[in-house]
Amino acid sequence: MIDIGLGHYLTLGAIIFSIGVIGIFLNRKNIIVILMSIELILLAVNINLVAFSIYLNDLSGQIFTLFILTVAAAEAAIGLAIIVVYFRNSGTIRVEEIDKLKG
Amino acid sequence: MAHAIFFYVFSTIAIISAIMVTASKNTVHSVFFLILDFISVSCLFIMIGAEFLGMIMLIVYVGAVAVLFLFVVMMLNVAQQKNQWFLSESSSKHIPIGLIISTLIFFELIIVIGGWKYKPDLLNNENLLTKNALSNTHSLGQVLYTDYIHIFQISGMILLVAMIGAIVLTFRQREGVKKQSYLKQISRERSEGVELINVETNKGVRVDD
Repeated sequence: MIDIGLGHYLTLGAIIFSIGVIGIFLNRKNIIVILMSIELILLAVNINLVAFSIYLNDLSGQIFTLFILTVAAAEAAIGLAIIVVYFRNSGTIRVEEIDKLKG
Repeated sequence: MAHAIFFYVFSTIAIISAIMVTASKNTVHSVFFLILDFISVSCLFIMIGAEFLGMIMLIVYVGAVAVLFLFVVMMLNVAQQKNQWFLSESSSKHIPIGLIISTLIFFELIIVIGGWKYKPDLLNNENLLTKNALSNTHSLGQVLYTDYIHIFQISGMILLVAMIGAIVLTFRQREGVKKQSYLKQISRERSEGVELINVETNKGVRVDD
């Protein structure tokens, strides 16, 4: 318990990842919270990459964490822009009422 | 010892705030808990030795992404929509499926972590970043701008495309807004802009005829 190792960080990443998945499944509110859950999942991935990078003494993990950060920022910007446009056109972003985007 | 105490404190804050992101009733509160989550995880990163990434997490997520979320939540006026997990009947059928899938994913990840316990020679804690005298930022820069330069530039292109896409998506022309017309401004001549009038004494000039 006292000796913090790689397993502790990976467990933290797994817990946050699972919370993100729960947030996507159980969300009944609006799409913004789903986007935030996706950010949580990406955060868990970042935790895993940084922990492996430190404990294996290899910098590639931190480099790829940087790129994941970039892609996450781009994804948040585009997703929020789409949400703003959808709200402007239909007046709601509640999850149950969004049925225009049927696949 | 101190490492363990700080790890448990920050990870507990991170997990609790992650739960609150998904569970809180007010969307603005979820955004604030998301910020708290990012802050505690960046503290973990700084503690483990990845200082540059911790600071970048603070700047990019707390400074940009979370503020963007906050702006959108406040702009769309959805903060007061209450969370109705267990009230509507159509949605309550998602709850067992979601719980089952997420616990499955959690235990799969735990099993993968358990596999690492059986190959302990992969984890050599002794050379924990102390081998080279360079700082974390210095060594990251040495790798990032040499080996990964193409990926770095491609990520810059991704950011550019995201910026243009966000602008194009949310741009709209409105009626009745006064705008500058640069062509009109540039192509004005002196003859149509200025007029010289000889003012007679005690008469004055009518300007708007």
